[in-house]
Amino acid sequence: MSFVNIKTWSKSGAPWIWLNAGAVAASMVMVLGLLLLIAVRGFGHFWPHDLMEVDVTNPDGSVQRVLGELTRSEELAASVLREAGVQIPKDALVIERHLIKQGNRDTLGRDFVWYLEPRMGELRYPVNAVMLERREWGNFYGYPLELKEEGRSIAQGDALWAELQARIERANAIHEQIRKIERQDIGKINFRMERLRLDERRMALDPNLPAEEVAQRKAAMAVERAQLDEEYASYGAQLEQLYRDVKRDTLVAEIMDGRKVNVSVANIVRASQPNNMSVFAKIGYYFERFGEFVGGYPREANTEGGIFPAIFGTVTMVMVMSIIVTPFGILAAIYLREYARQGPLLRLIRVSVYNLAGVPSIVFGVFGLGFFVYFLGGSIDELLYPEALPSPTFGTPGLFWASLTLALLTLPVVIVATEEGLARIPSTIRMGSLALGATKAETLWKVVVPLSTPAMMTGLILAIARAAGEVAPLMLVGVVKLAPTLPIDGNAPFIHMERKIMHLGFHIYDVGFQSPNVEAARPLVYATALTLVVLIVLLNLTAIGIRNHLREKYRSESD
Amino acid sequence: MNAIGKDMDMTSSNPSPVRTHSVSSHMFEGEERQKLCLDDETVSLDVRNLNLYYGSDLALKNISLKIPAQRVTAFIGPSGCGKSTLLRCFNRMNDLIDICRIEGEIILDGEDIYRRGVDVAELRRKVGMVFQKPNPFPKSIYENVAYGLRLQGVNNRRILDEAVEKALRGAALWDEVKDRLQDNAMGLSGGQQQRLVIARAIAIEPEVLLLDEPASALDPISTLKIEELINELKSQYTIVIVTHNMQQAARVSDYTAFMYMGDMIEYNDTDTIFTNPSKKQTEDYITGRYG
Repeated sequence: MSFVNIKTWSKSGAPWIWLNAGAVAASMVMVLGLLLLIAVRGFGHFWPHDLMEVDVTNPDGSVQRVLGELTRSEELAASVLREAGVQIPKDALVIERHLIKQGNRDTLGRDFVWYLEPRMGELRYPVNAVMLERREWGNFYGYPLELKEEGRSIAQGDALWAELQARIERANAIHEQIRKIERQDIGKINFRMERLRLDERRMALDPNLPAEEVAQRKAAMAVERAQLDEEYASYGAQLEQLYRDVKRDTLVAEIMDGRKVNVSVANIVRASQPNNMSVFAKIGYYFERFGEFVGGYPREANTEGGIFPAIFGTVTMVMVMSIIVTPFGILAAIYLREYARQGPLLRLIRVSVYNLAGVPSIVFGVFGLGFFVYFLGGSIDELLYPEALPSPTFGTPGLFWASLTLALLTLPVVIVATEEGLARIPSTIRMGSLALGATKAETLWKVVVPLSTPAMMTGLILAIARAAGEVAPLMLVGVVKLAPTLPIDGNAPFIHMERKIMHLGFHIYDVGFQSPNVEAARPLVYATALTLVVLIVLLNLTAIGIRNHLREKYRSESD
Repeated sequence: MNAIGKDMDMTSSNPSPVRTHSVSSHMFEGEERQKLCLDDETVSLDVRNLNLYYGSDLALKNISLKIPAQRVTAFIGPSGCGKSTLLRCFNRMNDLIDICRIEGEIILDGEDIYRRGVDVAELRRKVGMVFQKPNPFPKSIYENVAYGLRLQGVNNRRILDEAVEKALRGAALWDEVKDRLQDNAMGLSGGQQQRLVIARAIAIEPEVLLLDEPASALDPISTLKIEELINELKSQYTIVIVTHNMQQAARVSDYTAFMYMGDMIEYNDTDTIFTNPSKKQTEDYITGRYG
């Protein structure tokens, strides 16, 4: 191409179009790549992988049988291994090694082990190999031999599998009962007991109460307490019975090194023979596990089970935050745009507000902890909950403070968006209203504010997107690794603002970086990340839907 | 002309006995027009020695004029001469501009509207205004017209229905929109929107109607409709119109004021201004020598 041609080409604007399109393409590739990665890794976790059996020759010549799932493979330079003193074939340049999840952490010690390709024999996929998901110690891989009920043999061989499934179902049903009693019934009793204790303490703190009334109330409390104790004892007895029942059955199975192991059926969540499953059975299994992941409670230091409390906590927190930040942001924006006298002071305030959006979020966390939790929360406790002291009610991190901190964090976003929305309402519309005898306030509330609701929703959408993904400040003001109760339950007043919550973002951090078992946690990190992304998308879609509805309602020329 | 026009002519209680010509005859220039005289008119707005400053700039210089009741008064003049500013003084729209300061008096119903303690909202209910660009609210047609009444606390459905119909008929829009009162007003054409805005203004029955270049953003046919409407409305309202279009001023107005650089150069009945102006500047402007 000649010089002149290049000149006309650049004059035509084509290079800019290519540059812009290239930037868009690069961004799209990055975003889609990210989503694809977490989707593949996250969704893949629930698929029942085949169980492979292989004989591995150890350096000392002994042969060991290994059973498990292939997690991943990688290639290593042979020289690195030689330097590390590993004996490998002399002519090899690259050695492949495989990470096998062999489970059985309780008997084998390590559940993820690397094996070198040259030492592995032929792969086999035994049909009778089972995978048991357990409540403790992670997965079990082995070959079932015998099913026992209180020591007596019940089933062996072909009959065993169906019987085992039936008994796992029974155990799970009992576990469900236990869970219900422990969480709901006994939870309720504990809640009432605590309330009774606080009532009594409050009475003791009140010096003005006449003696006869104190005595009267104490008597009533004693009656109630006796009743609660009685209920508690009855539930305790039920629980004891259930725990005995659930321990009835035992599965005897052989593990990969030939040892025979007893597995209590009570400890099994789910049993499957991946090598013996059709594709449809695998799909069914997949959705069962996915459902458990989304709707279940975590087990084993969050590395197993579900993330329901984290999803619930995240959604609740975002909702409470939205309820706090929307009125504050909108009122502030209306004052700044409509009423405040324009001048240097206002400019300073506006710049400060805009810059607030750029303050690192952990700083908000520190502020939230210092001011909201310790100062405000401590004052609230002294004024309203003196009976619970020294144990704090609001003077400790919790849902409300987390929401309030995030509301503060996202306030600038809402203010900026609302201000821009207000500024975009044509002045002719305001004049039209004023000319009809409306006061400024009437014009504002009947015309201007309704017209700028779409902009306010845009602000809220941005706020939600930011808040739902925020982790750092939450670690200081209310989010914990494992919350014993949900922030909303059946005990009055139903929404417990003072409770600590779980959060998907923090869950990712916790599972990914605080877990003792990195390999086991890895797929959960992806799955949780995926859930968080999907959740944020859903929250945003809801808000966008509302905004579009409002836009349609207040359609104006400027849009 | 439609039935509404005739209806309004018959029911009008025009105080001036000299005004008997029909609406349509007024639409054409050159036709014989009843001789009007400012001194015979009832005064609606009396402007006395009005000075208006934007910051330190004097934008209106010692303006004095009497706006006659139930007549159309037009302000003409080149851009920036202050005619819109003067119009906005009548309903105190200039109050919205922080740096604007006013001296002098404007008497409406025997009271200075710039007196301390005047309820501006109340004043604006008496002095309605229609702007250059149609500015309906992005609400339904019905709610647009009912807006002013709702502000006054009227929420009775029956009263509102009647008032909305009356205002829309008055603005010659009823037949076009009666079947879609609940549709968004933004869906109307520009001319319909402008008539809707007029309906909105007359729904609260003001005494004075200020029109700030009401037809400048419209096509010729819509312009014609607005002009016809102005002619019908003047039997009930005092109308003040600002216009750039001299033919329009000649067609619709009874009195015309020519303004230049913040000064009121000449104010007289329209025929005199257009046929026999007393000032050279007026003549130059009207014959197109500048402006």
